[in-house]
Amino acid sequence: MATPTPQRRAYVLGGNRIPFARAGGPYAHASNQDMLTVALDGLVARYGLQGERIGEVAAGAVLKHSRDFNLTRESVLGSALSAETPAYDVQQACATGLETLVSLSNKIRLGQLESAISGGVDTTSDAPIAVSDRLRRALLDLSRAKTAGQKLAAAAKIRPKDLAPSTPRTSEPRTELSMGEHQAITTAQWGITREAQDQLALASHLNLAAAWDAGFFDDLVTPYRGLIRDQNLRADSSLEKLAGLKPTFGLGLDTPATMTAGNSTPLTDGASTVLLGSQEWASAHDLTPLAAVIDAEAAAVDFMHGDDGLLMAPVFAVPRLLARNGLTLDDLELIEIHEAFASTVLCALAAWESDDFGRERLGLDGAFGKVDRDRLNVHGSSLAAGHPFAATGGRIVATVSAELHRRRVARLAAGDDRPPRALVSICAAGGLGLTALLEAA
Amino acid sequence: MSDTYLRLVNSGVTAKIAKQLGLPRPSPLQRYTPGQPLVDGPVLVLGTGKDTDAIAGLLAAPTADFGWDLDVHRHATPDTRWAALVLVLSEVVHPDDLTAPVLEAASVLRSLKSGARVVTISRPAGDDDAPAMSAARQGVDGFLRSLAKELRGGSTGNGVVVADGVPVTAPAAVGALRFFLSTRSAFVDGQLLAVDSETGSLPDDWDRPLAGRVAVVTGAARGIGAAIVDVLARDGATVVAVDVPAAGEQLAAVANRVRGTALQVDVTAEDAGRRILDHALARHGRLDIVVHNAGITRDKLLANMKPDQWGSVLAVNIAAQLRINETLLTSGDFTDAPRIVSLASTSGIAGNRGQTNYATSKGGVIGMVRATAPLLAPFGGTANAVAPGFIETEMTARIPALTRQVARRLNSLQQGGQPVDVAETVAFLASPQAGGIVGRVLRVCGQNMVGQ
Repeated sequence: MATPTPQRRAYVLGGNRIPFARAGGPYAHASNQDMLTVALDGLVARYGLQGERIGEVAAGAVLKHSRDFNLTRESVLGSALSAETPAYDVQQACATGLETLVSLSNKIRLGQLESAISGGVDTTSDAPIAVSDRLRRALLDLSRAKTAGQKLAAAAKIRPKDLAPSTPRTSEPRTELSMGEHQAITTAQWGITREAQDQLALASHLNLAAAWDAGFFDDLVTPYRGLIRDQNLRADSSLEKLAGLKPTFGLGLDTPATMTAGNSTPLTDGASTVLLGSQEWASAHDLTPLAAVIDAEAAAVDFMHGDDGLLMAPVFAVPRLLARNGLTLDDLELIEIHEAFASTVLCALAAWESDDFGRERLGLDGAFGKVDRDRLNVHGSSLAAGHPFAATGGRIVATVSAELHRRRVARLAAGDDRPPRALVSICAAGGLGLTALLEAA
Repeated sequence: MSDTYLRLVNSGVTAKIAKQLGLPRPSPLQRYTPGQPLVDGPVLVLGTGKDTDAIAGLLAAPTADFGWDLDVHRHATPDTRWAALVLVLSEVVHPDDLTAPVLEAASVLRSLKSGARVVTISRPAGDDDAPAMSAARQGVDGFLRSLAKELRGGSTGNGVVVADGVPVTAPAAVGALRFFLSTRSAFVDGQLLAVDSETGSLPDDWDRPLAGRVAVVTGAARGIGAAIVDVLARDGATVVAVDVPAAGEQLAAVANRVRGTALQVDVTAEDAGRRILDHALARHGRLDIVVHNAGITRDKLLANMKPDQWGSVLAVNIAAQLRINETLLTSGDFTDAPRIVSLASTSGIAGNRGQTNYATSKGGVIGMVRATAPLLAPFGGTANAVAPGFIETEMTARIPALTRQVARRLNSLQQGGQPVDVAETVAFLASPQAGGIVGRVLRVCGQNMVGQ
């Protein structure tokens, strides 16, 4: 196993996102570029970066129009940043936002960059709609046709049924199963109960609501299009209300269906950004580092042929990440596991607590470990906030970095010099998982 | 927010009709743009004694000698179109002493250019003065306020009242004179501004008097607050734009426009002062100017007033300012000629039916700055208030159309002011030259009929 060589540190200096909206809600007519631009502009305003040449901006979207070519660069050009700021796009499904953060912080650690902005955006409201393959071929033929006869022949090939749009799907291309159906299989495999899922969902809502009420997001979120808070947030949620919902996934399985709209994340629109920099750049700009990005580890599972569920890759990434850094779960003060579904989180926790799984799949002496619930998603996560795919990584990193810094300041005041650490874990389509380790600065 | 009437009576056929009908014809006011001349034409300086010589000398001296390089005349000459008239009356000891300069001024009133400035410089009438001198000094007050009501064509009349013992060339006195002469004071009319001390310093660059200063503006996302941000930044300040988190979208746009920073914080929060100060110190290294602009209205007749309508207005408009000021004053970090400028209102002076809560809070602001100013004096600091009258904002756009039309005409300039007019006055009181103006209220109301 490689050991990370000592590099200079890359710091999270701050973040900005727009409140996350339910699909078809306030951002229904906003494009990916609109949302990413406004998220960048909010960051610029918060940190006084107008006209600043940032080393590099990387962001991306999962659902992209063909017009979203060079999305990030176009968003930078529309923002208050210097037009001399380079930018590039990334797409790694739900891990997009975290992947941009990891790659940019690595460039900072290597000394290739002094500053960077990572980000992500997604809209399921303004999703691209493609035409059918037959119509597309006919239209392309038509555009190539030179004579009237050729044009007529090309047009004549179009049938009325070809005009039906081919809508985007959230199903896996290789299994044709939706993400929820995949997770329902894993949920059943690990025997996760409905009650446990509802409890996790409730905690997510209550924790997120409490953080909003405490003003925790005043420095992390800029309102957009009249939306001031995350729209999916139900501050008045209760176990009774959640228990009343009908299951939506796993209805065809032999086991009882346990996944509902309440313990699964809804389709969401939103954008997030994270400001990164070296210590020198931060000092020169009078910015206080919140947390250092220490390390990251990706994993993937063979969800088509193997035993592992589609969203279980982080279960393998985290032990490798921690081992490489000489840490265990107990060394982490904050654990952020993206709540694609409540049961995704619970399956990961169950796998880590299993002696058999630890020995047989993780190559350990026994169980990997147990996650203290009071360290898990302390300010809520995707179940309550929503999950605009590529924007989730930025949301989580900015939130947890602010919390790490808050704790660090309080602890230093009490004479304790040990910096708290946090784990960020995000599962993604295609059997992917990306995890990162952060430490308070 | 556009004044259709003002447009109609100043253009084409409708202008002719309005003239024939004898309708009030407000003149479009000239506003300040950087680089424009301080005064656009010859200036007549009248008065007696060495103060008059000193003022005339300042106005006429070349810029290289720290003068204002104006075309200054000491006597009325026929066929001259005067851009400004300065009456130095600081040395009068008897009402009879006013006669000569006033009558000479009278002879040129019909020769004033549109948008001309009349400024008096006088001394305050004190309890210990000889009765004749006190009468002469107090007489200036009535004279100026009446003269301002006679001026037409967007011209204004204002006075600088310099405390005994303070030279008329003290920084705040000449700062106030320059402000009243310039188009920055377009909607300030009929006001007498007191200069209390020699504190303050003249700026190196009159176009950027706030260079190097860091300012915080609350309620900065929209309207008057956003205009204040723009003007402070134009005058050289680095601005922290503050507003409630819910207004963050507009706030970010304002901050980006002026290359400042946005801080989303509710001013009524317990720790608002601390957060504002921390942000300013961490990001910009200092804090020099605080503009308390954030304010709300919850208009209701007192008989119908609900506890929340009373409470929320008082909480935002005055209690929050008191709490933030206390944090700043006890921090030890607000000590380099600091400036506090609070937004009061003519409603807080004259009262307004249906606004007992608002007027209480705004009256409170006036009391607050009066009592806060002495606490800042040891650091060369000041606290002052600006009291807007009818200003064209989203707030006044919600007034019913007819009421709004009437409200606009109830001042000597017969129109509503613009947010920038309030902002210019705030910027003046926040400037280094205004150091000798302490605990005062300056109205920006076009000389509204109500109150002082």
